[in-house]
Amino acid sequence: MNKKSTDIEVDTQDQKLVAKFLKETTLFLGPDPEIMRDHTILPCTEHEAECLEKYADDAYLMSSIRDRLSAAADEGYEMVEQMGAAPGAKWGDVITGIYSKSGDLTIGSAGGVLIFSALVHHPIKFIIKNWVDEPTVGVSEGDGFIHNDSRYGNVHNTDQSMILPVFHEGELVCWVASTVHEGENGAIEPGGMPSMAETPFDEGLKMSPFKVVEKYQIKRDILTFLQNSVREPKLQYEDMKVKLFACMRLEKRIKEVLSSDGPEALTACLRYTNESVMTEVRRRITEWPDMTVRTYVTMDSTLRENALIKVNVAVIKKGDRLIFDFTGSSPEITNRAINTALPGAKGMIAQAFLNHIWPDLPRGQAAFSPIEVITPNCSIVDASVNAPNSQSLMSIFCCFTVAQHAAAKFLYSVPQKYTRVLSPWFNMINTFIWGGVNQHGETLGNLCADLNGMGGGARMNLDGEHALAPIFASMADIGEQEMNEEEVPFLQLVSKKMTTNTQAPGKYRGGMGYTMIVSTKDSDQWGFMTTAVGSKTPAIQGLFGGYACGSYPLCKVEDVDVYDVLLNNPGQFKHSIPEIMNEEPFDNAKYSTHHMGLGFDLSKRGELYMISQGSGGGYGDPYERDPALVIQDIEESLITPEWAMKIYKVVLDEDTLIVDQEETKKLRNKEREIRKKQGVPYAKFVKQHVQQEPPADIPFYGSWNSDYDVVYAGSRDDKRDPKNPGPIYITNPRDVRIAELESELDAVRAQSGIQATDTRK
Amino acid sequence: MKVLMTEYLRIDLDDENWECRVCDHVVGPARGNYKEGLLVHHRDPADIHPPVIDRDKYRFTFCPDGDWVNILEFYCPNCGTQMEVEYALPGHAPLYDMEVDLDALKEQWSHREEMLEPSTGPDVSVDRHQHNH
Ligand SMILES: [Zn+2]
Repeated sequence: MNKKSTDIEVDTQDQKLVAKFLKETTLFLGPDPEIMRDHTILPCTEHEAECLEKYADDAYLMSSIRDRLSAAADEGYEMVEQMGAAPGAKWGDVITGIYSKSGDLTIGSAGGVLIFSALVHHPIKFIIKNWVDEPTVGVSEGDGFIHNDSRYGNVHNTDQSMILPVFHEGELVCWVASTVHEGENGAIEPGGMPSMAETPFDEGLKMSPFKVVEKYQIKRDILTFLQNSVREPKLQYEDMKVKLFACMRLEKRIKEVLSSDGPEALTACLRYTNESVMTEVRRRITEWPDMTVRTYVTMDSTLRENALIKVNVAVIKKGDRLIFDFTGSSPEITNRAINTALPGAKGMIAQAFLNHIWPDLPRGQAAFSPIEVITPNCSIVDASVNAPNSQSLMSIFCCFTVAQHAAAKFLYSVPQKYTRVLSPWFNMINTFIWGGVNQHGETLGNLCADLNGMGGGARMNLDGEHALAPIFASMADIGEQEMNEEEVPFLQLVSKKMTTNTQAPGKYRGGMGYTMIVSTKDSDQWGFMTTAVGSKTPAIQGLFGGYACGSYPLCKVEDVDVYDVLLNNPGQFKHSIPEIMNEEPFDNAKYSTHHMGLGFDLSKRGELYMISQGSGGGYGDPYERDPALVIQDIEESLITPEWAMKIYKVVLDEDTLIVDQEETKKLRNKEREIRKKQGVPYAKFVKQHVQQEPPADIPFYGSWNSDYDVVYAGSRDDKRDPKNPGPIYITNPRDVRIAELESELDAVRAQSGIQATDTRK
Repeated sequence: MKVLMTEYLRIDLDDENWECRVCDHVVGPARGNYKEGLLVHHRDPADIHPPVIDRDKYRFTFCPDGDWVNILEFYCPNCGTQMEVEYALPGHAPLYDMEVDLDALKEQWSHREEMLEPSTGPDVSVDRHQHNH
């Protein structure tokens, strides 16, 4: 080195001056890329290293402190779940956790929505970076910070966090936080997840992390402002209190540790946990085969209009490195709500690992820290701050599915597994979001916990479980419908009844979803929304010869009062979607089908809205399915005998359901021969089937085949540079429809010679 | 030594080939895409996902739209086992889904015992008798 030490000093001084100048003149502390793009555990600080030096050898102490902290996190979780007012809280869409002094989530509750475990460290790091030394804010004992804006680290802004610093003798030692899917947030549609949002400003409250609690008291002026900004002011207050008290309980438990073992043992335990989890994760990755696995899934709608939107991944494993590369995925859509900020995408992949691959690891950020993620800038999985993301669930669920699908292909050969190899879970929130004025005159906006009833994927030696759990929480509940009905003015007339013949077939079939038929009864200001893709094409894949699920529409019956029908002619009511839609039992009613992106729709008493939860993916060749399992599914009305014979090639007596084993074997062998005749050699198939461009008449977003130098932005003619795709605006579907009708009208006018009433320009 | 890679495929490390686990058919070189040795069939979605509501009456029927998604089935050319299914964009090329680093696989398994059946992972079912008081 030729540089003298004084030169370096000057440089550092200059740098400090520049940094000070920039800090003092920053007009707006927006989402900070330095914080937001980093999901890793921060480097070990000097103090942490000292604490480790002192205590890391005492494995017994480390483990006993960790057990106490993890019991505390579970206690906080229970408190929020029991006391929380939001439906999401009651049914487990919650997490509580303990964060290191640097802000890394180290110990989260075992239950709840683990995606938060990869997200809430971002706002804490924002607070550390910006508010600790800020004289107008500061961080003191008894302070609490609120946050919900996903651009500062969240899934979507319907989730609210309460964050508390924990002090010991005046020194900050760690942080605690509690996060709940609250629902209402004052967005343009009720319930907090507007699919109609075309800009971030349509999405309701956008809380960057700020102080709402001092001396353990919620500041009433700020609370009132927040209440005034949402449709459910009572809920806003109740749940802020609940989260605060859960955090205070966590703080109390940590203080017990501090008084019994001291702050250095606590710090050592937190660092020790993170380091050991990261070491173990690297070891587990090393056990996987070195390989590149490629997969993609497609969203079939923006929730406003049908379109094909690709979420593409190549997962590269080499040595102890595991890289998720989303190159080739759709660019962000500037005026549609289905984009996600990068942390949401990463969080969902983290959750695939914590829920379904390594569920035995401590719930924290360390489990995902060693895994790398590459995303194209301004893409559907890494959207800019200018793109709305209130329905980020659509794209992040696809991130989950491609991660789960790819992981299964790595896991099969690994000798030591921690869970079953699994076909993709059903991945959409097929449920009703609702809002309006209820039977007690209160304004509400929230959703049915049936979103938690997603069908489980088939396993390598077992069928998938029905309506088991959402992909974002392995331990969550569907709730009691009757309890719900005390608060909302509608009934679920059909609920928890599996939707026949919507199974994802395989040697082991996916767990199925159930039918939901709802109808408003006691309010004339009440409506529903549905927000899911997958009405034209499934958003999952099957595994190793198993099929994906089918597609799931929304069905509506208008111009009927089904409560009158039930009162006067109950036999007319039917309990399944096919019976109602195919038989059309109600006179003069209007029957229709729609994609699952229903914008908020004001309902009338007695009209029917009908949907189904979905099935998890199937596993293996259906011709290998044990006929006894096929019969069991028929007996449970999951499938009809006719369909069973068609899919599974089982020869059975439809009356007795007795299987002819010999004939079944013969039929299956015959069918395998048919496959050999109908199948085309790969090279020939590629030549016949593969197109060099996406379909001409379907709006398509993403890369085509293996050409990643171009992304399509809605049509063959609109090709963009994936590194800088630029804005993509989609015309309002209502305007599209008006234009269609106007041109039809023009044609009719021209034909009939009828003039328009007003022809002025 | 042979490594079980999927429900229906294994890699023979010595011959460097993908093989069918059902009929022992040699599918193709392990340094390449196993799909190239298979038969492909473009399946009508209605065969698998029946339109449970009337197709003639309604636009959305529980059956995926065949113009919007292709179901590609991959069969062993010798025994007809369905080894893989891909839900593909219409006209999109099938994926090279498992590109194995064969040399790394050989090195990894040089430290392991051959497995004739895959491990399934821990059993999580509760022993009901033990807890039934
Ligand atoms: Zn074979």
